[in-house]
Amino acid sequence: MSETKKVRRKRAVAVIIGLLVILAVLALLQRLVMPKYMGEVKEGALISEYYDEDKDFDVIFIGDCEVYENFVPATLWENYGINSYIRGSAQQLIWQSYYLMEETLQYEKPDVIVFNVLSLQYNEPQKEAYNRMTIDGMRWSTSKVECIQASMLESENFIEYVFPLLRYHDRWSELEPEDFQYLLGAEKVGHNGYYMQVGVVPVDYIPEGKILGDYSFGENAWSYLDKMVALCEENDVELVLIKAPSLYPEWYEEWDAQVEEYAAEHNLKYINFLEYTEEIGLDYSTDTYDAGLHLNLYGAVKLTDYFGAWLAEECELQDRRDEEALAEVWEVKLEDFYTQKEELEALKEEE
Amino acid sequence: MLFTSYRFLFFLLVLFTVYYIIPKKCQWMLLLAASYIFYAYAGWECLIFIGITTLTTYVAGRMIEQNHATQKNYLAAHKAELSKEEKKAYKERQKNKRFAVMTVCLILNFGILAVLKYTNFVIANMNGILELTGSTKVLAFQDLLLPLGISFYTFQSMGYLIDVHRGTYPAQKNLFKFALFVSFFPQLIQGPISRYDDLEKGLFGQHTFDWTNISFGLQRILWGYFKKLVIADRMLIGVNTLIGDTATYTGFYVFLGMLFYALQLYADFTGGIDITIGIAQVLGIPMQENFKRPYFSKGIKEYWRRWHISLGSWFTDYLFYPISVCKPMLKVSKWSRKVLGEKIGKRVPVYAASIAVWFVTGIWHGAAWNFVVWGLGNCFFIMLSQECEPLYEKFHNRFRVKEKVWFKAFQIIRTFLLMSSLRMLDCYRDVPMTFKMFGSMFTDWNVGEVLSAGVWNLGLGIHDYVVLAVGTLILFTVSMVGRRGSVREMIARKPIGVSLVIFGSLFIATVLFGAYGMGYDASQFIYNQF
Repeated sequence: MSETKKVRRKRAVAVIIGLLVILAVLALLQRLVMPKYMGEVKEGALISEYYDEDKDFDVIFIGDCEVYENFVPATLWENYGINSYIRGSAQQLIWQSYYLMEETLQYEKPDVIVFNVLSLQYNEPQKEAYNRMTIDGMRWSTSKVECIQASMLESENFIEYVFPLLRYHDRWSELEPEDFQYLLGAEKVGHNGYYMQVGVVPVDYIPEGKILGDYSFGENAWSYLDKMVALCEENDVELVLIKAPSLYPEWYEEWDAQVEEYAAEHNLKYINFLEYTEEIGLDYSTDTYDAGLHLNLYGAVKLTDYFGAWLAEECELQDRRDEEALAEVWEVKLEDFYTQKEELEALKEEE
Repeated sequence: MLFTSYRFLFFLLVLFTVYYIIPKKCQWMLLLAASYIFYAYAGWECLIFIGITTLTTYVAGRMIEQNHATQKNYLAAHKAELSKEEKKAYKERQKNKRFAVMTVCLILNFGILAVLKYTNFVIANMNGILELTGSTKVLAFQDLLLPLGISFYTFQSMGYLIDVHRGTYPAQKNLFKFALFVSFFPQLIQGPISRYDDLEKGLFGQHTFDWTNISFGLQRILWGYFKKLVIADRMLIGVNTLIGDTATYTGFYVFLGMLFYALQLYADFTGGIDITIGIAQVLGIPMQENFKRPYFSKGIKEYWRRWHISLGSWFTDYLFYPISVCKPMLKVSKWSRKVLGEKIGKRVPVYAASIAVWFVTGIWHGAAWNFVVWGLGNCFFIMLSQECEPLYEKFHNRFRVKEKVWFKAFQIIRTFLLMSSLRMLDCYRDVPMTFKMFGSMFTDWNVGEVLSAGVWNLGLGIHDYVVLAVGTLILFTVSMVGRRGSVREMIARKPIGVSLVIFGSLFIATVLFGAYGMGYDASQFIYNQF
């Protein structure tokens, strides 16, 4: 080999190594500046936790905060032997729920998918921060690509989802110890997607809902519900529509009537839990941590127990507590669950 | 399509790739298509105006050249038959024809520019006059389209036409090639205003993949983005705060704003030009430099030889000289020498031409009086320094400090402050307000307040100041090193690892510290608006 060729080859190798180092630095910086959701706002960490699971669930809950704060998979397992998971995040829009459902069905075929209908009120993308909480945690797939396209605001760029460093680069000036602490991996936040809250803030006032000019849900929102129905039919999964018993934001009667009508038309089961608060035994002076917006653990356990009985009966779900492998998995999960419960309660006591 | 948009970067990536894949003879066609696609992003309507300029200039250029050829052939064919007077008369007739063609084309194109850019300025002034005369009549402003880069492509095209008329070079025969010269996208929106004979070879030549050239081009592009995103757009936050509240930010704040704006404008404009020249270099097209470290100038004349060079040379070649030597001006010159004496009289045509050039330079930058005053202010200081030359000479003969480093530093700082002060007219965009704010620098003594607390209320945090300080230091260092030659060539002579570390760090710094994306308003390059 001639001297020139040798020099050229050396140069090419150096350039390749150099480029790889630059890429590695950029990848590390990207991890560093991306929000870890380990501080006050933890909800953004929920979506990605699903991928670590065995994905053999009987029930998948899909929706916004009204699912991940109001339903407790641990209770469903303990009381009914139902193996469930919640795929929800803050202000999760209906198309995001749809694409999460589509993605989930790529991994597994649950018996039931429970969808909370509150997000039908949104016909258009809302806030970038919430988009990010849902989408950043998703693994790359066609579902994620379509979810991004459906969710992006005008000010957003697709490339910033592909390379989040371009979106979060300016966080370099506001990095916190948790950004370094969780650089290589975050702590688990959810319990099968449930976000535990043990605080108690009683309801003393329910803000009245604004009078709307038009109570009809938007076409876009309906189209995604149609898609959900079709997808569940295709995959032989039962779709159950619910409205969690959050006292506000207002769930208008007109909205409820539309969902009821839709459910009847499509032969779907629909439960508005706001109508069953007494049967569930909810006490809004003790069972909510934010004055009626969401339930706390105690309220969520009551609601889940009520719903578990309904699921077992109406959807004929089997009790799987005698499955040894699954029971072992849940044993660990329940230990984590009760440990955190105790920790949070102790913390509450201190406060 | 903003230079700082992801779309533009994608556009470049595709262009660079396809450019070196297709047959070389098609490269210029690809550039033409790319330029029109780029331009169409500003709105399809804009294509009409650039199309008119292209077509009319092309036709006029061809007509002028054909006239040259006809004249040559005619004179050759009738060499023996025509007397000297007849030949002279014939030449004069042809010259007039060519001049008429050029004039019509110039009037049409500068007319389009004037109507689209200055109609509302004229209306605003007419309304002002009507108000002064007590009239209640108010003329309505017109909603006119201002095509992207119209000032740049009009000047470039008209420069071409004048050169063809002068016989500096032959007219381009191919309409599409000429269209590429007018619309070449990297320079379309902020210059440099290129000369046809400078660009011709590069634009229409066939370019092979040359890694050295390409890597140098990419490095230049990266350097441009660093200046724009890390320095200019971050500084913009402070500048906007300072000029946005003239009631609060007086005194030392004004001085601070003046410095901030000087840095922002320099980083913004030179950053844009770096990107432009870098793109051209990747495409194998050499392009003239538009800046030569202007903030190191020791005098205002020198400054203008080093800042926006292509605009200055355009005005010199196509406005200053023609005005200076036109017949009416020669008459004025004769008259002034007679009346005012040789010494003062000979300056009259030069100063008259200078005033005209600086008036046009001012109004070229924007249809507003602040730009006119800015232009004339520059003119005033240039003339003043010229008039003071004998005094300077006496001073230097007496004190011998000309070559002292501290004196040179003094000259540089003086020029920088003078130019920055004039630029306040561009900053505040209002003549009385600018004078008021300038005056407040000497009347409102709030240095302590600004430095102790005020600087933290300008929308910039400690991290912003650190980035700006380091960025400016890098900028300054590169300028200093650049005095000895091309910085990129110096780096290229070092081991490859040095190059990789330097440009890798520059890339990472631009990505990490750049003021772009959500939370930052997409900021156009300042010169895009001209």
